[in-house]
Amino acid sequence: MKNTPFTHKHIALGAKMAAFAGYNMPISYSGINDEHQAVRNNAGVFDVSHMGEFMLKGENALDLIQRVTSNDASKLTAGKAQYSCLPNEQGGIVDDLLVYCIEENKVYMLVVNASNIEKDWEWISKFNTKGVEMHNISDKTCLLAIQGPNASSMLQPLTEIDLVNLKYYTFAKGEFAGVKNVLVSATGYTGAGGIEIYFEDKDGAADKIWDAIFAEGGPKGLKPIGLGARDTLRLEMGFCLYGNDIDDTTSPMEAGLGWITKFTKEFTSSKVFEQQKAAGVERKLVGFEMIDKGIPRHDYEIKDASGQVIGKVTSGTQSPSLQKAVGLGYVKTAFATQDSEIYIAVRDKALKAKVVKVPFLS
Amino acid sequence: MNFPSNLRYTKDHEWLLLEGNTATIGITEFAQRELGDIVFVDIPTVGKTLEAEEVFGTVEAVKTVSDLFLPVAGTINEINPELDSSPELVNQEPYGEGWMVKMTVKNPADVEALLDAAAYQALIGE
Repeated sequence: MKNTPFTHKHIALGAKMAAFAGYNMPISYSGINDEHQAVRNNAGVFDVSHMGEFMLKGENALDLIQRVTSNDASKLTAGKAQYSCLPNEQGGIVDDLLVYCIEENKVYMLVVNASNIEKDWEWISKFNTKGVEMHNISDKTCLLAIQGPNASSMLQPLTEIDLVNLKYYTFAKGEFAGVKNVLVSATGYTGAGGIEIYFEDKDGAADKIWDAIFAEGGPKGLKPIGLGARDTLRLEMGFCLYGNDIDDTTSPMEAGLGWITKFTKEFTSSKVFEQQKAAGVERKLVGFEMIDKGIPRHDYEIKDASGQVIGKVTSGTQSPSLQKAVGLGYVKTAFATQDSEIYIAVRDKALKAKVVKVPFLS
Repeated sequence: MNFPSNLRYTKDHEWLLLEGNTATIGITEFAQRELGDIVFVDIPTVGKTLEAEEVFGTVEAVKTVSDLFLPVAGTINEINPELDSSPELVNQEPYGEGWMVKMTVKNPADVEALLDAAAYQALIGE
């Protein structure tokens, strides 16, 4: 099992640790609900250094990205990022990712899921027929997400970069807590606002930044947050989790990711998706909330009132902010409209639920 | 961690307090810590007579679901009414306000076969 440059910090803080995507990661510190509320109401720090980063350089870098991803990366100018996905040739999803434009038409960074680093690298390499320079910098790259309504203002004293006015899905490079060449991005997986920072782990940079962040934020209630609360926070926003809500067999059109599927160019499976867009899909990923008492979980069956199976739960939890049990799941398109009555098979019962709009948290 | 010596324990991390032939059952301090924030305790077996080690309910934490196993054979008479609105009591007071069910034990001698506090602590490596 691999460690991140912060694993020793998590252990010293008494975090509950577990293996995730081959890394020894913190699941929770003070408790998922407490950490969740800290991020929604104030600020919290996530170590997500397990995630993968690839640098793509050269005059054909954009061309490669355009061919392998679903979103239109030609819209990106330097300092902008976009959410996208890597479709496979069967109309499924290899991974979802962020594309950062470091230098227009020349230098891009792709940020991918930890569990898919090798798969994505091989996948993209397969399409690299025009000599794009590719570097897998995952192992040496630290990634901390500092999320919450007060995250940016709290950390402002640590950098000259204007954190507070950094627009959503833009980024800047500069010095942060005395460490040079830190990429600060107004992105995240919580819907709570805040930043994510990428930097190379060298000359003690990881410890230096972690300690500076807590020296600055600790007295203002900044807390370390584990992967447990990361999951409840993202689920309240209806953000897809690869491996749960999207995978090699789900189409972005089914998953509600039509907004990152742009037919302004050709890319892997774009013909399949165009046809799905025109003809409609047979199943859709929907958000639902429980009416009967119970908690939906990954892989529970979804049924109609007569007991027919109409789909499957992909994610579910008790929402700490809403104090309601909510979930995401694929259902036959006829049941995908808002307020549709569906039933979740929880153990030996069929519990009533209804389809609702996502994000759950408005 | 706290493991009161007047209780008996199971390898599945339940505790049992026997008074006459009535037993109160809950989950241990260790179990609630492992589960994390408990959000729902689902016990559909009130009034039922079950064998030892049968599932009598389910405890749902934010991230995980765990079955509850009956420590000894008997009839479930009552569930803790507070848990419906305050499942977090199981985290806060696993041996007190966070108890789960009361049951009539079929054979009180069965309780003797359960782990005592020292044996349970040894089991979880405390």
